[in-house]
Amino acid sequence: MKILVPVKQIASLDDQFELRDDGRDVDDDYFEKDLNEFDHFSVEEALLIKEAAGDAVEVVVAIVGDDDADDALRTALAKGADRGIRVWDDSLADADGIAVARVLAKLVEREKPDMVFTGAQSSDFGSATTGMALAGLLGWPHAAVVSHLDYKPGSATAGLRRELEGGLEEVMTIRCPAVLSIQLGINQPRYASLRGIKQAKQKPVDELSLDDLGLGDDDVRPASNVRRMYVPERGKAELITGTAAEQAARLAEIIKEIRGM
Amino acid sequence: MGEIIVIATQRDGELRPSSLEAITAARGVKQAGDSLAVVIVAADPQALAGGLSVEGVDEVIAVKASDDFQPDLIEAVAAELVAQRKPSLVLTAHGVDAWSFAPTLAARNGLGFATDVLALRRDGGDLVATRAGYAEKVLMDIDFPGKETVLLTVRTNVFEPASGQGSAKVTDMAAPAADIATTHEGWKPPADAGGIDIPGSEFILSIGRGVADESNVEQFLELADKVGATLGCSRPIADNGWLPKARQVGQSGQLAASCRLYVAMGVSGSVQHQWGMKHVENIVAVNSDPEASIFSIARYGIVGDMFEIASELENHF
Repeated sequence: MKILVPVKQIASLDDQFELRDDGRDVDDDYFEKDLNEFDHFSVEEALLIKEAAGDAVEVVVAIVGDDDADDALRTALAKGADRGIRVWDDSLADADGIAVARVLAKLVEREKPDMVFTGAQSSDFGSATTGMALAGLLGWPHAAVVSHLDYKPGSATAGLRRELEGGLEEVMTIRCPAVLSIQLGINQPRYASLRGIKQAKQKPVDELSLDDLGLGDDDVRPASNVRRMYVPERGKAELITGTAAEQAARLAEIIKEIRGM
Repeated sequence: MGEIIVIATQRDGELRPSSLEAITAARGVKQAGDSLAVVIVAADPQALAGGLSVEGVDEVIAVKASDDFQPDLIEAVAAELVAQRKPSLVLTAHGVDAWSFAPTLAARNGLGFATDVLALRRDGGDLVATRAGYAEKVLMDIDFPGKETVLLTVRTNVFEPASGQGSAKVTDMAAPAADIATTHEGWKPPADAGGIDIPGSEFILSIGRGVADESNVEQFLELADKVGATLGCSRPIADNGWLPKARQVGQSGQLAASCRLYVAMGVSGSVQHQWGMKHVENIVAVNSDPEASIFSIARYGIVGDMFEIASELENHF
């Protein structure tokens, strides 16, 4: 029994940043990189199933990314995943969710997992694409934005809830194997222990190229092309300056004025 | 002469209002000679067709099936329409339902694809979509070279809902064969609000991640009480169980529908949070990070420590 959890290393921006010379992305000197917030929850959900089943479950984390992405993969391994897979090729530099899904589909063929969990979206681009595109390519049952899951290894179906707008949830049954995209709040993700972090360094990570997966450059062309990236003109708040006491006094005035007090 | 298809969605037999926003997005890039068709899958699609026959819609395609949300079926319907009609553009709202069927449709059919699009235009022959990146810090203009059909999901609450009586013809379409892997079992409504009324409150004081620890929450409940506000929160606070979900403002929580004054303390201002409050006329943001996106929608900004401001503020009430 195996659960595959594809994760992503996301980039957040420093306060000040500059665009690349071609104007199509941010210069990567300004990135701070980290494991995608949603992936903490998808990894945790797989680990909870593993623990409830008495360890007869292998949790494999996979990432599509360059050497840098090793950190995010090790973060997931440190929580208790069994092993990792990292796929990279320079032709993946412009990959979007659909291109990444093509890579992951090959990994699923290779690993033959019983379930696949992804994050519902990434906290940098929020495309909400990769997991469900993967399901489409595999022809697997799928559900997005899963906020509750009842699944026992080996069962033919899983019970789940998906979180809809306004806090309403839909209760559904899904045939397994399935690809599920996991929503924030489904569990309380653990922090890696010091021992876990130490062990993660020793855990096996397969490093694969596109060629190893039988894919060519044409297979990972993105479904869209970025013409340009730019910083939008934003509304500017009227700043209230001064000491905390002065700022609070002005805030109190604003409240009283608007409340007609 | 091309065709644009909008995939409307319903929930439990009720049309999702965001379907009309997707129609507006479609009308904005419809060119002379283009036709605009809207497809709806429902138990009684004819009953929903009237609401979709707004100005600019040429045809409503009615697919009779269950009211249950079946991503496999919606995808099969859309795939059949794409194959038969070769539309240049397919649009749907970036609602939770679309998250399940749009990426599968795009991946399986090799469509041009972008999600959460907030603006759309034509530049000569090219369709250009705008979406945000890096947690809303940048925007991107994107196009779709060589793609015969482009599928886009459009951000909700950005495009005005389409209105105006139209005269669309209604066409029946048989539900295609689809391998349906999910079964609807029921609904779980949000937990009882226990008298907390975010949508009805005129004055909301909201706390976010900046509150840092559960033990810090109580003082903001007291502060809200003292200044006469309802205490709201962002998603992480409710997910941690520090405040009930009924206090959560945002896309998966509550819309601050009646709010006239919103004081956001330690809230960074994610898109999902903004969805619930950005319309409020008077937003005051208190945040120690001057780059927090909440400042871009706030009328007043205080760059400072939320705890210091809170304890000073108390002295005035």
